[in-house]
Amino acid sequence: MTLATATKRSARGVPGQRPTDHGAWFLVLPALIPILVLSVGPLLYGIALAFTDSQSGRTQPTQWVGALNFQDLLHDTLFWDSFRIGLLWAFGVTVPQFFLALGLALLLNQPLRMRWLARALAIIPWAMPEVVVGIMWRLVYHPDAGVLNETLSHLGLGEGKDWLTGTATALFAVIVVGVWAGMPQTTVALLAGLQNTPRELHEAAAMDGAGAWRRFTTVTWPAIKPIALAITALNFIWNFNSFALVYVLTQGGPGGRTRLPMLFAYEEAFRYGQFGYAAAMGCVMVAVISVILACYLVGRLKGGDES
Amino acid sequence: MTRTKKSTRAAQYAALAAYLVFLAFPFLWLISTAFKPARELGSLHPTWIPEDPTLDNFRQAFDEQPLLRAAGNSLIAALSASLIAVVIATPMAYVMARHRNRVSKAATGWVVISQAFPFVLIIIPLFLILKNLHLINSLLGLIMVYVVWSLPFALWMLVGYVRAVPAELEEAAAVDGASKVRTFVSVVAPLLAPGIVATAMFAFITAWNEFFFALVLLKTPEKQTLPVILNRFIGTEGVADLGPLAAAAFLATIPSLVIFAIIQKRITGGMLAGAVKA
Repeated sequence: MTLATATKRSARGVPGQRPTDHGAWFLVLPALIPILVLSVGPLLYGIALAFTDSQSGRTQPTQWVGALNFQDLLHDTLFWDSFRIGLLWAFGVTVPQFFLALGLALLLNQPLRMRWLARALAIIPWAMPEVVVGIMWRLVYHPDAGVLNETLSHLGLGEGKDWLTGTATALFAVIVVGVWAGMPQTTVALLAGLQNTPRELHEAAAMDGAGAWRRFTTVTWPAIKPIALAITALNFIWNFNSFALVYVLTQGGPGGRTRLPMLFAYEEAFRYGQFGYAAAMGCVMVAVISVILACYLVGRLKGGDES
Repeated sequence: MTRTKKSTRAAQYAALAAYLVFLAFPFLWLISTAFKPARELGSLHPTWIPEDPTLDNFRQAFDEQPLLRAAGNSLIAALSASLIAVVIATPMAYVMARHRNRVSKAATGWVVISQAFPFVLIIIPLFLILKNLHLINSLLGLIMVYVVWSLPFALWMLVGYVRAVPAELEEAAAVDGASKVRTFVSVVAPLLAPGIVATAMFAFITAWNEFFFALVLLKTPEKQTLPVILNRFIGTEGVADLGPLAAAAFLATIPSLVIFAIIQKRITGGMLAGAVKA
């Protein structure tokens, strides 16, 4: 939900009020305490856990083990498999999703007749519980009772393919669902950017004889670039961290082909009780995300220099 | 000139139609499946429109899993979490929007960073903490987690709404000698009411839809929320009774869709407002 607008803040304090008003503390504390106790605290605790041998149902006290979990992780090929799959999935969803959403946003910005319908439909994937999205696509992909195989067999393109349990198709199949599920939000964000582009600029460019592509590169793209960058960075991170959709679709199967890092860490923590080890995985994921965020911020700063 | 324009329009409509099909077909298939009798679901050539539509799947869904109970649990969790979240987030959002002190800067930073965190790093310690407090398999524990989990975007939406309230009103109140808390309660909060309602509804939907925390924290079917119960329809072997599964999934979506349809304009409006500043 929260878009890039995060990084820019308008400094509209009320004039004449000193920032250190003690009343402000009473207004902040009701939210600040739960945030510190249930969010910041656990986060630090989680990082600390990564350096311990914490396990569920252990009788001996938890020991500090230093970087041992991280050393183990380094040699855990299953984890790196899931890591690679996580990156593949995040790229595989984010990139097509961006281009599809951009196309749809450009269309919805045109005076077309069915716009309202597209906007109404775009609500569906956005508002649906991820579990329902997963169930719904299981019905679409179902080898016998699914609409996909039925359509393909009508077109004479083979029959009875088991998309979600086939080792060759599973990752592709879940990526399609990921694209479908995340497209509306990206579309709305890009559309918001498009609608803020001054129409006169377009008209001026058209008068100068600029074709559609030139108008896009010189007028539209510069206007929506900040939003596009932000939503893409966020989508990548959200996708890399995602859990419910793929858990419902495949549970990480077949043979770990769709086991995203979150699914792996979840199993490690809550099926095998390896809390310390799973926390170490979480730390590695945070490190990767920090790199992505840093890339985004650098890109944004550079973009800022240009203007 | 006009001919190229016409062909461009035609291409645009074709593209839009393709998008509409892509967006709509899984949902239409879900509805179709929900109304199909078992006999048609077993057929090798499934049809779009059930030949013999039935409500059996809905009845069976309620027999197979404690759906009503689960919906009740979801309602309690989502309603309490969204109410608590807006009540504590609104004053903080006010301070974040109006003051640039260290607390509000840190809070803004936290709002942004919290979007990026893998939940697994939070849920393990939370699980251990809640276990020590005997709040595992308890809706109370889940509500606490949902409140904090929904705070970032609640704060985010509310900060936007506060900025839309003219500061002059508060200056007038300050001139009249009203305290900060007083100004907030009697001047700002009433003006924010529509934004607060929209934020609460959004928090409600996210909690209603939430799966991961509920899966980890709730152990027994009597306590579990709707998404977790829905997942139980898919057995451990991944074999599911398709009709009841579709029926239950369809029912679970309706509240979110209705609420989202109501607040959708406000959300996109908020995004538009954000885009202006970006």
